[in-house]
Amino acid sequence: MILTILHTALHVVVALALPPLLLGVIAKTKALFAGRVGPPVLQPYYDLWKLAQKGSVFSTTTTWVFCAGPVVGLVTAVLAVLLIPLAGSDAPLSFPGDVILLAYLLGLSRFFTAASALDTGSSFEGMGAAREVTFACLAEPAIFLGLLVLAKLSGSLQLEKMLGGSLAAQWSAAGAPLVLVILSWFVVLLAENSRIPFDDPGTHLELTMVHEVMVLDHSGPAFGMVLYGASLKLFLFAALVVRLALPQSAGFAWLDWPVFIAGMLGVAVAVGVVESTMARLRLTQVPVLLVAACLLSAFGVVLLLR
Amino acid sequence: MNGHSLVVLRSGQAMPRARIPQLPLPDFQRAITAGVAAGQRVAALFADAPAADGNVELYAVLADSARARLRVGRTTLDSDHFPSLTPQCPQVHLFEREIAEQYGVRPEGHPWLKPVRFHASYRPGHDAWGRSSGETPLIGATDYYRVEGDEIHEVAVGPVHAGVIEPGHFRFQCHGEHVFHLEISLGYQHRGAERTLAGGPNKRTIHTLETVAGDTSIGHATAYCQALEALAGCQVPIRAEVLRAVALELERLANHTGDLGALAGDVGFLPTAAFCGRLRGDFLNLTALLCGSRFGRGMVRPGGAMFDLDDARREQFLKCLQSAFRDVENAADLLWNSASVQARFEGTGAVSLETCLELGLVGPAARACGLECDVRQDFPWGIYRFAQVPVSTWSTGDVFARAYVRWMEIQRSVAFIREQLQGLPDGPVRADAGVPKPDHLVAVLVEGWRGEICHVALTDAAGKFARYKIVDPSFHNWTGLAIALRDQQISDFPLCNKSFNLSYCGHDL
Repeated sequence: MILTILHTALHVVVALALPPLLLGVIAKTKALFAGRVGPPVLQPYYDLWKLAQKGSVFSTTTTWVFCAGPVVGLVTAVLAVLLIPLAGSDAPLSFPGDVILLAYLLGLSRFFTAASALDTGSSFEGMGAAREVTFACLAEPAIFLGLLVLAKLSGSLQLEKMLGGSLAAQWSAAGAPLVLVILSWFVVLLAENSRIPFDDPGTHLELTMVHEVMVLDHSGPAFGMVLYGASLKLFLFAALVVRLALPQSAGFAWLDWPVFIAGMLGVAVAVGVVESTMARLRLTQVPVLLVAACLLSAFGVVLLLR
Repeated sequence: MNGHSLVVLRSGQAMPRARIPQLPLPDFQRAITAGVAAGQRVAALFADAPAADGNVELYAVLADSARARLRVGRTTLDSDHFPSLTPQCPQVHLFEREIAEQYGVRPEGHPWLKPVRFHASYRPGHDAWGRSSGETPLIGATDYYRVEGDEIHEVAVGPVHAGVIEPGHFRFQCHGEHVFHLEISLGYQHRGAERTLAGGPNKRTIHTLETVAGDTSIGHATAYCQALEALAGCQVPIRAEVLRAVALELERLANHTGDLGALAGDVGFLPTAAFCGRLRGDFLNLTALLCGSRFGRGMVRPGGAMFDLDDARREQFLKCLQSAFRDVENAADLLWNSASVQARFEGTGAVSLETCLELGLVGPAARACGLECDVRQDFPWGIYRFAQVPVSTWSTGDVFARAYVRWMEIQRSVAFIREQLQGLPDGPVRADAGVPKPDHLVAVLVEGWRGEICHVALTDAAGKFARYKIVDPSFHNWTGLAIALRDQQISDFPLCNKSFNLSYCGHDL
């Protein structure tokens, strides 16, 4: 009993405290590639703290929908990371069919982010919302097809079983589909978290942004929520990839958790390397890459059903 | 001399104003259209009002690059309107708008007659739009071109931008991501530079010219000094000519390098963006080594150069140049060898050679369309008369072409500087500038890093500037950017904009 509580506490602490560090590691990796020292890896935490201290400015043309965007985005992201069995341990929230909840949480978050962007009436934000939902139409099938592979392998619709310790045993039997899903999900990770080659988190050019442009009007603590929610989302997708790639469990928390965290930092470095070595895609080419990600997952399904 | 045609003179040759042919308006306009049809370009078309309540005079300067000659003429308007030339000769459209705004004379039949810089008319009581003389126009408050339709949306960007750049207003008429039309409205940086210069030269003149466009300090100062030296009949020492050219090429190097980095930054390509940002600084530091100012302020002065380069500093200079160039070479190679970058550059924002000629584009933007035009070759001045810099062109007219032309120019500028400094002639670096001759006109062309800079000075009976006309290359090229965006993705605008990298304050004066 005490052990379960400790596990749960550890899960919550890691899931809530680690995400900004991933952003810091990405920034540091990029800085090293650019030959700069770069901001400290803890900079995202300082930024969140700074934003929390600030006041917010709300445009008079906006309604409650505008404020709901960051709040819903944060709450859904927190709930979502609690559904994932992080280091092979039990997830704090788990029930049969929770994978469907995960899908809807992601959908709800996107809906409110887009709605709050449209609520401002700004032509930039409308443009960003249009781009976001267009690309989401193509990114979501890639996630679902990957989940289908896992559901088929585990015979369950419960994330704890799909991504739990039993996944390790499946690698010998279904290695190829799992590799395809990992690749597909890594692409989706880049797309969903507005990283290069899909979006440039470092740009100031509103006309080229996808995700960033939707949150231009948010300020202060609300913007802090947006940033923190975004880091949780990055954490969520990275955790999915790490669980697939490193499903082995030693059975000891003192070993499993460090391996998991190292895996997460590894994903962050990989994102940093991708961002440092390639340019953004032309916006019209983004769907092509997302369709490729869908196809990877789809081939995983095909291989499994063969 | 034939009284019905334009007079021929060299760039940087002073001529008594009395010898500038005074043509009847129809002949004047026919001379312009005939010149443009024969392959000449309108380098400047501007008005002057000799007496406050008198008639307005129009001056035209055509650049005949095939013969390295300028053709100049003038006409006097007897009323506050004249038939517009724009329908037959699109490249004068902005000049005519400028004339209308400055002197309150209306080009009838101009298809898009709007203010350029939103200031009151120079002649109180005469306004092309019938506004009262006490009214100060609000910048940007005007009608914009609109595309109507249910699924059309308008995106307005600026004048306040997210980045630390100059103010300008951009209106896009879009269908989804597709841009039908872009209209650019500037004027926010208008400081009245031309009016300040009238009555000069005085102590402030050179400083005004150096800040007409801050990134083209040396370019504008070079043009001004040439104009003044021509008016005063001053012979610049050869050593000074070399040092001025070196400074001008350094300005080109710094800006082209910065542009390559900024282009990489706009497509999110980190390595080149990071390296070029630093390397631009290296070239600016070289300029500082030359004259103590990173932007070349104080380097070029009438009669020569303010600073000499001694042998020790020359060695240091060449060494720094070598290492900076090696780094730029590496950064540029990364850019050209990255498929993801090339996929963004190629085919984006293409301008055809035909459009380029029609609009009278200049500089790297024109050379990227395949037009072989470079003032350093077409109207060589100073040391360029003896040491030619090959013209760098590309044919596709897209972002890649504009980037690659810059890279070619970087290589050629470095080679030029190296060659010039290794054989730096001895002698003084400054001669006495003298005083400008009264009642003369001089037109000067200089190839700044953005393209052709045109200065035209008219002196009065006392040898002071009666009118000083500045045409920054941006004045020609902003329309090129607007046209380049047609049928493009709106998300590619920042990239296209950067590939032109035009000056707001150079346009706004």
